[in-house]
Amino acid sequence: MTREEFIKTAPLVYKKPTLLNDTPMHYCPGCSHGVVHKLIAEIIEEMGLTERAIGISPVGCAVFAYNYIDIDWIEAAHGRAPAVACAAKRLHPDHLVFTYQGDGDLACIGTAETIHTLNRGDDIAVIFINNAIYGMTGGQMAPTTLMGMKTSTCPYGRQADLHGFPLKLTEIVAQLEGTCYVTRQSVHNVSAINKTKRAIRKAFQNSMEHRGASLVEVVSTCSSGWKTTPVEANQWMEEHMFPFYPLGDLKDNTK
Amino acid sequence: MRGAISVDTERCKGCGLCVVACPLHLLHIADKSVNMKGYSYVTQESWEACNGCTSCAIVCPDGCISVYRTREA
Repeated sequence: MTREEFIKTAPLVYKKPTLLNDTPMHYCPGCSHGVVHKLIAEIIEEMGLTERAIGISPVGCAVFAYNYIDIDWIEAAHGRAPAVACAAKRLHPDHLVFTYQGDGDLACIGTAETIHTLNRGDDIAVIFINNAIYGMTGGQMAPTTLMGMKTSTCPYGRQADLHGFPLKLTEIVAQLEGTCYVTRQSVHNVSAINKTKRAIRKAFQNSMEHRGASLVEVVSTCSSGWKTTPVEANQWMEEHMFPFYPLGDLKDNTK
Repeated sequence: MRGAISVDTERCKGCGLCVVACPLHLLHIADKSVNMKGYSYVTQESWEACNGCTSCAIVCPDGCISVYRTREA
């Protein structure tokens, strides 16, 4: 039996979710954004919320997220995605409203919007892609850049006296009364991807059941910005990012 | 023969994440052939050994891999 004959007869057990359309993604090879997009499409499909999902896309690499997942999207100004999501959720309380933001969007220019929206406890889910660098604009230093990490705007490595310290926004929002679920996950291997999928599903359920705000941080790679191959980027992330950004639930009031 | 994958070679960017994710080391990036975008894409060698575990498809950032699996050995 040839492979083509086998494929014709054997049952299909895994394929790209249909919500993720055929538009080729503009992300670099091996970018974590693709995996998270796929998870979001899978979860919305499985929860049957295709007609009732509103995503807010950020400014950053994921700015074209609306081209890839076939749900309703709003493109927000830089950093203002949580404020837009807050309005969308208040106008459509029966809809799933989530934002999809990078670290430059959420932890730098949008810090105020993020903290205040989450502190108000609006029933939105925030997906925070943290790759410790500004990927889209050419690999500049981000608030989340690790100490000593080289970027195009700190070519000798981040120094505390010159650049300050990395911002752990996930830890900050875990202190807020309005958040019900705050977790940090990653997508570097199969088990991590499955955990992230459960975390995002839980955040979406919290949004639908009006339990408060949820934040899922996904520690991600930027192989272009880090100047590595995708496989090396995953290894670098495990060695350097996870000690500073440890994975796991920081807060879970839904149990 | 328990499983096989089909790769959307035009969508594949040759990142190689599936190559390291495959527990049976059956995948590799094509040496010379490229797709319309100029990326070398992934191919499956000795597909008869594939058990259809879907690891490669789960880690694929672009969703290029479909997995077929049968219960019969």
